[in-house]
Amino acid sequence: MNANPSTVSYLEDKKGIWNWLTTVDHKKIGLMYLVLILGSFLVGGILAMLVRLELISPGEDFYSADTYNRFFTMHGVVMIFLFIIPSIPAALGNFVLPLMVGAKDVAFPRLNLASWYVYVVGLLLAFWALLYGGVDTGWTFYTPYSSEIQGPVAMIGLAVFILGFSSILTGLNFIVTIHKLRLPGITWFNMPLFLWGMYATAIIQILATPVIGITMVLLLFERLSGIGIFDPSMGGDPVLFQHFFWFYSHPAVYIMILPAMAIVSELISTFSHKKIFGYKAIAYSSVAIALISFLVWGHHMFTSGQSRFAAMVFSFLTFGVAIPSAIKVFNWLATLYKGSISLETPMLYGLSFLFLFTIGGLTGLFLGTLAVDVHLHDTYFVVAHFHYVMFGGTVVAFIGGLHYWWPKMVGKMFNETWGKIGAVLVFLGFNFTFMPQFIAGFRGMPRRYYTYGEEFTVYNVLSSLGAFLLGIAFVIVGINLVMSLINGKKASKNPWKSLSLEWETQTPPITENFEVDPVITHGPYDYDKVEVQ
Amino acid sequence: MSENQHTTHITPLWIYFAVGGALLVLTAVTVGVSFIDFTSIFGVSSMNFAVAMIIATIKATLVALFFMHLYSDSKFYSLTLLSGIACLMIFIVITLLDTNFRGKIYEIEGQPIEPAAKIYQSENVSDQ
Amino acid sequence: MSSSFHVAHHFSDAEQQRESAKLGMWVFLLTEILLFGGVFVAYAVFRVWYPDMFYNAHKALDVTMGTVNTAVLIVSSLTVALGIREIQLGRQKQCTRYLLATIVLACVFLVIKYFEYAHKIHLGQLPGKFYTFDGIAGTNPHVFFSIYFLLTGIHAFHILIGISLLTWVMIKNMKGHFSAQYFTPVEITGLYWHLVDLIWIFLFPLLYLIG
Repeated sequence: MNANPSTVSYLEDKKGIWNWLTTVDHKKIGLMYLVLILGSFLVGGILAMLVRLELISPGEDFYSADTYNRFFTMHGVVMIFLFIIPSIPAALGNFVLPLMVGAKDVAFPRLNLASWYVYVVGLLLAFWALLYGGVDTGWTFYTPYSSEIQGPVAMIGLAVFILGFSSILTGLNFIVTIHKLRLPGITWFNMPLFLWGMYATAIIQILATPVIGITMVLLLFERLSGIGIFDPSMGGDPVLFQHFFWFYSHPAVYIMILPAMAIVSELISTFSHKKIFGYKAIAYSSVAIALISFLVWGHHMFTSGQSRFAAMVFSFLTFGVAIPSAIKVFNWLATLYKGSISLETPMLYGLSFLFLFTIGGLTGLFLGTLAVDVHLHDTYFVVAHFHYVMFGGTVVAFIGGLHYWWPKMVGKMFNETWGKIGAVLVFLGFNFTFMPQFIAGFRGMPRRYYTYGEEFTVYNVLSSLGAFLLGIAFVIVGINLVMSLINGKKASKNPWKSLSLEWETQTPPITENFEVDPVITHGPYDYDKVEVQ
Repeated sequence: MSENQHTTHITPLWIYFAVGGALLVLTAVTVGVSFIDFTSIFGVSSMNFAVAMIIATIKATLVALFFMHLYSDSKFYSLTLLSGIACLMIFIVITLLDTNFRGKIYEIEGQPIEPAAKIYQSENVSDQ
Repeated sequence: MSSSFHVAHHFSDAEQQRESAKLGMWVFLLTEILLFGGVFVAYAVFRVWYPDMFYNAHKALDVTMGTVNTAVLIVSSLTVALGIREIQLGRQKQCTRYLLATIVLACVFLVIKYFEYAHKIHLGQLPGKFYTFDGIAGTNPHVFFSIYFLLTGIHAFHILIGISLLTWVMIKNMKGHFSAQYFTPVEITGLYWHLVDLIWIFLFPLLYLIG
């Protein structure tokens, strides 16, 4: 099957910028995504710093309320559509998934490259809109404000539509790859749980993303030609926009968290040197989360004016979606129990995830309870909740996964001491930033306000200082990774002693991934049966 | 090596024409039936809509089963199609649960205050 | 006769390649169902809110033209299915003829649509704020036309995409790229075309035949 595969690493094979821009190698495409995604994270992070800067004291400090509104809106748009949603699937999934199934590439390599270019177009449009001053609608673009104001709403709407397409193409590729390209020895129930997570994510990407697409189309038509679907003065309904928006955006948060959970399964098992506890429970939970996520979108709309009946239905169903998430957390804890735990940098992120995601998940239950949410909606409690799950959950797992697979991707080891320092500072900075926001929130501080009452000052000061610490932490993390490229030690084939298939390739892998098709003799978690070389 | 040794099933010609014919007949039926007022015949509202949707679903099933080869292909493709339709149904039904029941809160607001409730015991609370 | 058939390096055999392409197209069709689905949701919400207006407004649509268009699409689905059957049997010329027939029928559909739209534009039965027609009783008749133009417009756009794909596949067939051994692009283009037909099967009674 491999006619003369090149034996040089994929990084050495075919160099030059034109070869990268026309590559169909999933590994190179993954790296190209990684560069843009980390760049977007930087832009979104700077916007976050600007937001927290204004909030360091009440009243107008550095810029006007209108500018502040633009900052938090663009922070949301950039972080969600340009960073988080593509992050793990496009940057890490693209690299690792074919290796894990023993394939030479994803099912549709050219479509993979196309998805990257689509992402680039969306990114350019979004940044162009940012240069135009952005919008101040909030990343949720609620009508009638978004359908009436002057500003590059249409441009950002179009950018979101295009970025959604990129997401769909990635999900499509993953579904077909996992279904069709697994080696004969890799069955559904002995493939790494990372693949179950990516599969469940892809289901959501396919079914939910078209709806944000049509939502943006409808918003565009509403702005350009006044079709009147969301305009009450023309018989339309602004809450209908919210239904459309959240039908995607709620499952979208599971597009964010499922890949993170997928990574955590790998990290916890590898660094406990122990078989994952409850494989099938975790696998089924991933799919269950994907399916149930479609039933609960109205919990973002409890105070919007939707019917009470619908609100009650949504609140009830929201409790359901917490169950599979909890099952996973318990399984990971059980994996740790009596494991031979080593606390390398990726594991520190994995453990951070367990702590931070649990807090985020539990606070979600408060918000899902209709009667409580009436008081907490649009307060900082919500802001803290979603940062705990998206940041403390997804981003922490993403950075952990990045450190985990970094040696395989670039062939170099990062400095372990600085890696640990970075992980600890991220954890501390994160909690300093967002824990006070829970308190400010349930004491009544509204979100998306450039100022606040004097009584909230201490929480905001703590939060802003925490944010600056978090920024420094990420600078350290970034420098550590960049330094590894410059003078890092050459990485061994399997530095973490994992049993997963991607570690059996060269480091970094050759373009064709495997010189010969691997023979599967053990599962990815058989630490009790196999001794790792 | 033939790509299609194991899987290609060539549908007999008569099935294609039979399905095509059936679809055209059903189209005529759909139009004809739209002139009959089922709602007054059966006394149930929206019967016409239900009849039209049932006929459309039959037509769609014929297209999917025979023109799109679902009857001879792996069952997984049928599952894929059905899951998409199920997702859409969820979207429509639950959204209608909101839009159909708007304005129902007025009944609740209109209920009298429970005079035995504690907050109304105090002398300082004025009557609503 | 050149063939574009070769098994890509990352597939283990031709069957895996074909199965992957088919699965990929079915998954893509799911996204199209959800895309249209959004506008169907808007239809459902507004029809339930303004049932009488929808009944009155739908009379502005020409049932004859709609029925003819439905028949045209059904026959075009039949021709593309027959075309695939021809290439499965290795008969390239017959396949080209059926693909051409499908394209012609698709164009007929668009021509009829053009006449329908032109009539409405002439009467001022336009979406949203452009609505100027006077003869329809009920609240907010422009809502019906907003939904009508959205649904049929997005559908017509997909017909255009379908025509492009069918033309591309037909030209490749004429150049001899396909055979009984390899006809996957024809098959998956056919699937796409059938979906366009499926959507119209639902659009027709929902818009033209409100009882």
